[in-house]
Amino acid sequence: MRIAGRGLVDRGTTVGFRFDGREYTGFQGDTLASALLAGGNRLFGRSFKYHRPRGVMTAGSEEPNALVTVGQGARAVPNVRATTQEIFQGLMAQSQNRWPSLGFDAMEVNDLLAPFFSAGFYYKTFMWPRAFWEKLYEPLIRRAAGLGALSGRHNDEPYEKAFAFCDLLVIGAGPAGLMAALTAARAGAEVILADEDARMGGRLLAETEEVGGKPGHAWVAEVLDELGALPNVRLMVRTTVTGAYDGGTFGALERVGLHLANAPADLPRECFWRIVARRAILASGAHERQIAFPLNDRPGIMTAGAVRAYLNRWGVAAGRRVAVFGNNDDAHRTARDLVAAGVEVAALIDVRDDAPQPAGYRLIAGGQVTGTRGRLGLREITVTTPSGEEKIEVDCLAVSGGWNPALHLACHMNGRPAWDEGIAAFVPKPGMVPGLTACGAAAGVMTTAGALADGRRAAEAALSDLGREAAAVDLPQAENGGARIRAFWEVTGGKGRAWLDFANDVTTKDVRLAAQENFRSVEHMKRYTTQGMAPDQGKNSNIAALAVLADATGRAIPETGTTTFRPPYVPVSIAAMGAGGQGAGFAPQRFITSHRASVERGAPMIEAGLWYRPSYFPRPGEKTWREACDREVMAVRQAVGVCDVSTLGKIDIQGRDAARFLDFVYTNTFSSLPVGRVRYGLMLREDGMVLDDGTTARLGETHFLMTTTTAAAGLVMRHLEFVHQAHCPDWDVRMISVTEQWAQFAIAGPRARDLLNSMLLAPLDEGAFPFMGCGGIEIRGVSARLFRISFSGEAGYEIAVPARFGEGLFRDLVARAESMGGAAYGMEALNVLRIEKGFITHAEIHGRTTAFDIGLQGMVSKKKDCIGKAAGERPGLSGPEREQLVGLRPVQPAKGFGAGAHLFEKDAKPVSANDQGYVTSVCWSPTLKTHLGLAFLKNGRARHGEVVRLVDHLRGTDIPCEVVNPVFFDPEGGRARD
Amino acid sequence: MIRLIEKTPCEALLPVTCGALTLREIVGDRVTSVAPLKGQGAKLATALKKLGLGWPAPNTAIASATAAILWTGRDQAFLIGADPEGLDGLAALTDQSDGWARMRLEGPGAADVLARLVPLDLRGFAPGQAARSQLGHMMAILTAPEKGSFDIMVFRSMAETAVHEIHHAMKAVSARAAL
Amino acid sequence: MRITCPLCGDRDRREFYYYGDAVYADRPAEGAAPEAWDAYLHLRDNPAGETRDLWYHEMGCSAWIEVTRNTVTHAVLATRLLAERGQTGEGGPSGEGEPKPRRKGKPE
Repeated sequence: MRIAGRGLVDRGTTVGFRFDGREYTGFQGDTLASALLAGGNRLFGRSFKYHRPRGVMTAGSEEPNALVTVGQGARAVPNVRATTQEIFQGLMAQSQNRWPSLGFDAMEVNDLLAPFFSAGFYYKTFMWPRAFWEKLYEPLIRRAAGLGALSGRHNDEPYEKAFAFCDLLVIGAGPAGLMAALTAARAGAEVILADEDARMGGRLLAETEEVGGKPGHAWVAEVLDELGALPNVRLMVRTTVTGAYDGGTFGALERVGLHLANAPADLPRECFWRIVARRAILASGAHERQIAFPLNDRPGIMTAGAVRAYLNRWGVAAGRRVAVFGNNDDAHRTARDLVAAGVEVAALIDVRDDAPQPAGYRLIAGGQVTGTRGRLGLREITVTTPSGEEKIEVDCLAVSGGWNPALHLACHMNGRPAWDEGIAAFVPKPGMVPGLTACGAAAGVMTTAGALADGRRAAEAALSDLGREAAAVDLPQAENGGARIRAFWEVTGGKGRAWLDFANDVTTKDVRLAAQENFRSVEHMKRYTTQGMAPDQGKNSNIAALAVLADATGRAIPETGTTTFRPPYVPVSIAAMGAGGQGAGFAPQRFITSHRASVERGAPMIEAGLWYRPSYFPRPGEKTWREACDREVMAVRQAVGVCDVSTLGKIDIQGRDAARFLDFVYTNTFSSLPVGRVRYGLMLREDGMVLDDGTTARLGETHFLMTTTTAAAGLVMRHLEFVHQAHCPDWDVRMISVTEQWAQFAIAGPRARDLLNSMLLAPLDEGAFPFMGCGGIEIRGVSARLFRISFSGEAGYEIAVPARFGEGLFRDLVARAESMGGAAYGMEALNVLRIEKGFITHAEIHGRTTAFDIGLQGMVSKKKDCIGKAAGERPGLSGPEREQLVGLRPVQPAKGFGAGAHLFEKDAKPVSANDQGYVTSVCWSPTLKTHLGLAFLKNGRARHGEVVRLVDHLRGTDIPCEVVNPVFFDPEGGRARD
Repeated sequence: MIRLIEKTPCEALLPVTCGALTLREIVGDRVTSVAPLKGQGAKLATALKKLGLGWPAPNTAIASATAAILWTGRDQAFLIGADPEGLDGLAALTDQSDGWARMRLEGPGAADVLARLVPLDLRGFAPGQAARSQLGHMMAILTAPEKGSFDIMVFRSMAETAVHEIHHAMKAVSARAAL
Repeated sequence: MRITCPLCGDRDRREFYYYGDAVYADRPAEGAAPEAWDAYLHLRDNPAGETRDLWYHEMGCSAWIEVTRNTVTHAVLATRLLAERGQTGEGGPSGEGEPKPRRKGKPE
């Protein structure tokens, strides 16, 4: 019901929206909760476990009951608090956890079964039979209990994340936060003021009190005007600071487009901020708490502060006839405001015998609410006093059990708060989060005047830490009445359950049962009852539940302790936190210069780390990848093939000590390598396992070019930097990646030289480029580097040109190769060619193989130290017990098998106890007309000629294979040298 | 024989415009990595002075009318727009002209665009400063041709991802500005 | 988390690659006893309190950094360049000292 002349909504702008299909109207500035309350709607949802009818309880993000789904289809957002969702024209909201409708919910039967659903009922009930849990119980429970659900479809709306930096982050823009921000801003500090509400001002928007001789909201507007005009201030409205992290970093969730009708397509719906602040002030206010009395969960029972907020900020009376129930002076403010607005106040029930005598409404001092009635909304309350019992007809009960400082962020780094007897609540202790100070109600300062002064004090302290002088800021006049309170948690008389955690349906009985069953630690009680584990994370229930547990276990509250507060303070959508990581945004894509040309030829591009490389180049008529691959392999073996090998890491190493450095990082010697020559090198980790392999060219006396495998390029760079900086920083060595500078192509096959010569002005000087030679040449007007190296076993070269020429060179090379009966070849053919030659890749050097295992122990120089040498010489890293690299040929050549298969002695049972090794790489060799495999086999080098059993339990393979030399093709290597 | 065709890293990707924000490719400059050899620092600085530059301190850039040198890491700087004359023997030099996609982001809110991608406080970023950091998941080098504008370098192979991510952030910032 | 790179200044931890205990920088000398290698490769303290570990400024300046921090409070207490810590351990490859001419034609 709207009250004329009250509230800060824009009554000139009407907004139409739908809730559960029904049309409503509200005003600009309304939340879904305020607009529905104004429309007389009290029923918002169904409870988690018992499907009890529930109404709105609060006016903020701590709301436990009024959770709705906003939007439709893939874009629907579930579990939105009706208390924070601003209405907009065309808004569609649905209630949750009910079937078929909110008014009639078939699952309400759960409420009748409540005696069976007490704390720990899952653990007691669904123990047997065991198999039923996964198949029957869990799906059933999940369907019956729960919140809103996602659509399961891809949401294409944009979300974003961003970084922000400031001297001072002020969290909360109530009186304390505004005063802190003003004080710091006037002193010139870079200030971010973040507030989760759509409008800044905090409780000053919800109360009738004056600040500085004007209405509180008017003072707020003046301060915001001043702050908004300052270049050193950033006002972040609709932004909830969700977590405090190390090093002054805070997470914050900004609602950017979720409150707008027809939000522009590119406008992010939410933004997840990482705010780095040198200092922070927590001015997050306080949450009013409920009192646990019988049947205290009916729609229409709300916190007293929320009733005031709906009245004063939104001009909405939460009921026609209202009662107030409280244990403190603040409750009386609610009755006064209602009376002043012309709303009937049936009575104020104060548990204190000595409650202050009011004017204008009836006081029941020393009374308690001991029962309620009204299935879908409150109709009546029962009040018990020492003199008897009275039933009062009301449709709204405003409850105040006192206020809990919203200290959550102060506890995010595991700090423990202190109990303050004066306000019967926990307050933050200084230093719980380095650089963060709480002030105002968040620090237990419960008057407006106190909050203003405390905000200024906190800002002055922060300015002093920042080395800035505070400018003079006057404190405005404000309310300074102390609010007396008598700690009161639970009505023990009356009949019916008394709720603590509304969101998770946890009652006082559940907490007492937990204590009785010896879950006496607050952490155990929480997990046994699920109190505090709902979306509100116990904001409404933690302290009361703790008080009940303390009572049940005969301890004081501070002795009982609190549970741990963890980020996030409010739920954060994964879409916001993971913004930018959808689809291809998950990781950068690296494209080779021949990418476009490869795609034009129909090559499927496959991932190799972040790179995309062509798998094969299909030709018309080829039906499978194998046909293309076989053709490409034979093109290399018989004519010439061209392959983009730019993805291999290239590290330029220079300096007087470059050769010495290479001797230290490689097992073999590079100081003896002549200029203009290339050598294969093996690199170990310090623990003796193979790190990487590749070729390194000596371009000059003090200038080397190292190549790494594609997979290990970053790893090797990091390793080299480590070795240099940790072990020999004084050596004259400089290194830098030149991977991206050069596009490099392998030209391999008997006609490789012909192809190359067709592009040169004069034929290649054979003497200058012997096998494993390198040097500069000019190709089609461009300076290039030529390396006579081969990963295919054929005569071949690799030619590198500055990347701008990569695409042009690739197209030319392929065209020429094709005219000579050759072809472009992709990763599949590359793999077959190297397996035929027994060359290893990271399938073999997978981190658990030693130089001995791959048969390269002879490459570990005895004349010098190197990384990994000492550890590699440990017993157990060499010898017959090791699994050693071998080749495998199936006894029947046509029998294929897969990598990952295991090896067993011919007659052994294929069980792990008999395991002899495993297969790392496989292919069909079109050259040798047989399947081939590389494998590691125990004592394998001594077992050439033996037939072993190859078993793959996953693929159902079981075939005999002959153990052979891993170099299947041209073992003498004459073809490459030719 | 006809010279090989050249392609720039951002060919067919740039320029893009979004409201008052533009992102365009910077092409053509020679880029050389300069890493002082042991004991040659002073001589190198002198040689660079002859080019109208000097050795940049960490996080800084030195510019002349035609060239610039940016600090890009430990014992490393990039010389841009000048031939590395007289630096042989004083520094390890490598040609990096083709290794990087270089682009310029200009317009009001350019710092806000990068605040979506770069974990640095770039609000006061101005000529004379250089930063090596990350842009999304990509290593990046940033300088300011003037205050509020940014020259961005990422690995050439990542040009498409970088353009996509910067453009995405430009659209989000523009949409906010239009509210 | 923030780490102050001695060269680049205060940076977000996402720019860094974490290695592990700083012990790994103190390589035993060539010929050290197997126990020394075992300790170097495998034995690590797990202190509740101050610890030293190695971070690589991978997205930044490529410096390896020794970070002293508190595992309980998460406070970063100090950072320094690994290359500038001096020789704390036996360290370094064999033949420590000035580079020696090793092969003909090598300019010195």
